Amino acid sequence: MESKRLQEIVADHGKDPAQLLAILQDIQQEENYLPKETLKELARELGVPLARIYSLATFFSSFSLEPRGKHICTVCLGTACHVRGAPRLVDQVERDFAIKAGETTADRQLTLETVNCVGACALGPLVILDGEYHGNMNTAKLGRVLGSLKKE
Amino acid sequence: MAKAFANSADLKAYRQQLLKTRRTETKTISICAGTGCCASGALKLVDGFHRAVRERGLEREVTVRQTGCHGFCERGPLVVLHPELTLYQRVKGADIAEIIERTIQGGEVVERLLYQDAAGHRFVREDELPFYKNQMRLILAQNGHIDPTSIDDYLAVGGYQALAKVLGKSKPEKVCETIRKSGLRGRGGGGFPAGVKWESCRAAPCPDGVRYIICNADEGDPGAFMDRSIMEGNPHSVIEGMIIGAWAIGFPGRPQGYVYIRNEYPLAVERLGIALEQARRLGLLGKNILGSGLDFDIKINKGGGAFVCGESTALMASIEGFVGEPRAKHIHTVESGLWDKPTNLNNVETWANVPLIIDKGVKWYTGIGTGDVSRDPWGGSKGTKIFALVGKVQNTGLVEVPMGTSLRRIIYDIGGGIPGGKKFKAVQTGGPSGGCLPADKLDLPVDFDALTAAGSMMGSGGMIVMDESTCMVDVARYFTHFLADESCGKCVSCREGLRQLGRILDRICAGEGRPGDLELLESLGRTIRSASLCALGQTATNPLDSTLRYFREEYREHVEDKKCRAGVCRALISFRILADKCTGCMICAKKCPEQAISGEKKKPHVIDQSKCIRCGICRDVCKFDAVVVE
Repeated sequence: MESKRLQEIVADHGKDPAQLLAILQDIQQEENYLPKETLKELARELGVPLARIYSLATFFSSFSLEPRGKHICTVCLGTACHVRGAPRLVDQVERDFAIKAGETTADRQLTLETVNCVGACALGPLVILDGEYHGNMNTAKLGRVLGSLKKE
Repeated sequence: MAKAFANSADLKAYRQQLLKTRRTETKTISICAGTGCCASGALKLVDGFHRAVRERGLEREVTVRQTGCHGFCERGPLVVLHPELTLYQRVKGADIAEIIERTIQGGEVVERLLYQDAAGHRFVREDELPFYKNQMRLILAQNGHIDPTSIDDYLAVGGYQALAKVLGKSKPEKVCETIRKSGLRGRGGGGFPAGVKWESCRAAPCPDGVRYIICNADEGDPGAFMDRSIMEGNPHSVIEGMIIGAWAIGFPGRPQGYVYIRNEYPLAVERLGIALEQARRLGLLGKNILGSGLDFDIKINKGGGAFVCGESTALMASIEGFVGEPRAKHIHTVESGLWDKPTNLNNVETWANVPLIIDKGVKWYTGIGTGDVSRDPWGGSKGTKIFALVGKVQNTGLVEVPMGTSLRRIIYDIGGGIPGGKKFKAVQTGGPSGGCLPADKLDLPVDFDALTAAGSMMGSGGMIVMDESTCMVDVARYFTHFLADESCGKCVSCREGLRQLGRILDRICAGEGRPGDLELLESLGRTIRSASLCALGQTATNPLDSTLRYFREEYREHVEDKKCRAGVCRALISFRILADKCTGCMICAKKCPEQAISGEKKKPHVIDQSKCIRCGICRDVCKFDAVVVE
């Protein structure tokens, strides 16, 4: 992230260390992950130890310190999705794309993430591909949804 | 939109004006635009209806309204036609023209879009559906009627009337007392009497008058989504509750408000943001609200995906910009919470109850629910509770019922029972801190105290129904891993203990259970419960304890017989193709990732057990139910 843009974000939040979580969310929103250099610069800007930023970035599961893929496939692992077979969907993506949950394919096409519940339990099991919700999934339907990515 | 209200008379006059202009509206098409229906394509429907109404020149007679969650998510997208209350379910873009021409213009009903129950009976009106008919919708009452992005809609149905009633008119102490006498208990799961909390926070010494009023919208319990639906469907009810709270707890000081909301709820964040902006513009937030002298505003803080941040002290640490680690509560947060100031935190649903209590009164409110709270605020559970009825149940969605309603009524009368002719096995309440209750507890009245006594808890109201194809050992394993992942790591007992519990359960599910494992689980569980600081650790073994208590036989089968009767634990099951059902369509052979299925076209196929990884894809793709699990 450019220094100028980072400074803008920091200024938007009143240069307040209490707003760190919101600042990190803004950075990730634009960069798709939290770049190391940007975090170092952020620590200097706010006058807080880098360790504090690192602790936040690793404590909250929505942050990533690694670049994520062009497409993001999120499998909901809430209880309702779990009892309706969500773990098998994770297995399927892991097997088909040779990555583990939380990882990105070598060609940076796809990141597989899991989430603890997005509150759309009536539609479980649920998969979110690039922000679009796909409800009542099974392995056959997921294969079709992800099929287009494999061809790219 | 009007200019800011200087006092409650302004608000009243504006509302009268609104009602006058609205009377001309004859027909309204309400389209549910909650997360569930949006996922099923509701937003396209909203556009489609707008276009269709415009093309036919019906703008003057017909209003198209995008509303919050109606609660019957499984049947979405839902469309309700007012004033007849005709409910159409699973509506598609292709149905729009027919709905407008036949129903709106022709006055007929489109049969195929009606809800049909298992017995084949069709229902026309929304309020006739068993799903809605057996509920008592107070908090969710307006969800299907108002546009959550319009403060005018909320004002028209009587919104902010409760605020006008107390602000500058009732003494703050009196408002606290009303809430205490109503018996309102915390809907986030703790069940602590809200009025007692308000009074303690008000009484706490605070030289500079800065008290914090927080709304906990970090709805982290998997399987619970009522808070999301309230914020998406009726955000002003939460804001109104919080302003009343600010008056009762913080006036004449300088109270400040926060809503801590999950980042996983983008739509709720957006709608709440819009609602706050509207409230500010009308002078319902900001300086000297309704001329009462109260200055109050609310800020949104987004969480980062940590379950433990639903715990009050962890949530406050997170707002301060630190990791969400709970602290010991030797000093309560009502005395020293956010930035060491007296802080009152309530959950979304609790706040949404407040305007209702003020509006309708203590006598009315205490008439709903169980027990007697006239002397002791802990003496019962009053009002309604919203449950997220999900899992293996016919009608999934949000259900609001009076406290004390039995599980059976919720699951069978409202939920329509278990689909596919399967047998009920258990219901899980209270999220990861709750427990699983078996069939003989179905007549239990659901309130704070009865659920706790049965080894579960109310929690935030997730209710996950499980049938015979759910493995109870696997469920305990699921929650144990969930909590091990979400443990903040501060207490060794919780951090390491849960991980060990998870390993033992993994072993049992993998068919490597050993004699003495169940006793080991129980003894380790006791240590975790007694040595952990916050509720996450203290209640972490509830799913395990309750399944051990009620479903011990299933554990024994896993350990001794190496069997999983539900057909879930992979190491203990195998898939087989029934020769008499298999048509030899070859689809399973094609889809099998391990090429473990062989057979000629139009002849029964066979699974090679040595190659099979038990992924279950063959069962999903088979159109003839020929693949069975054993």
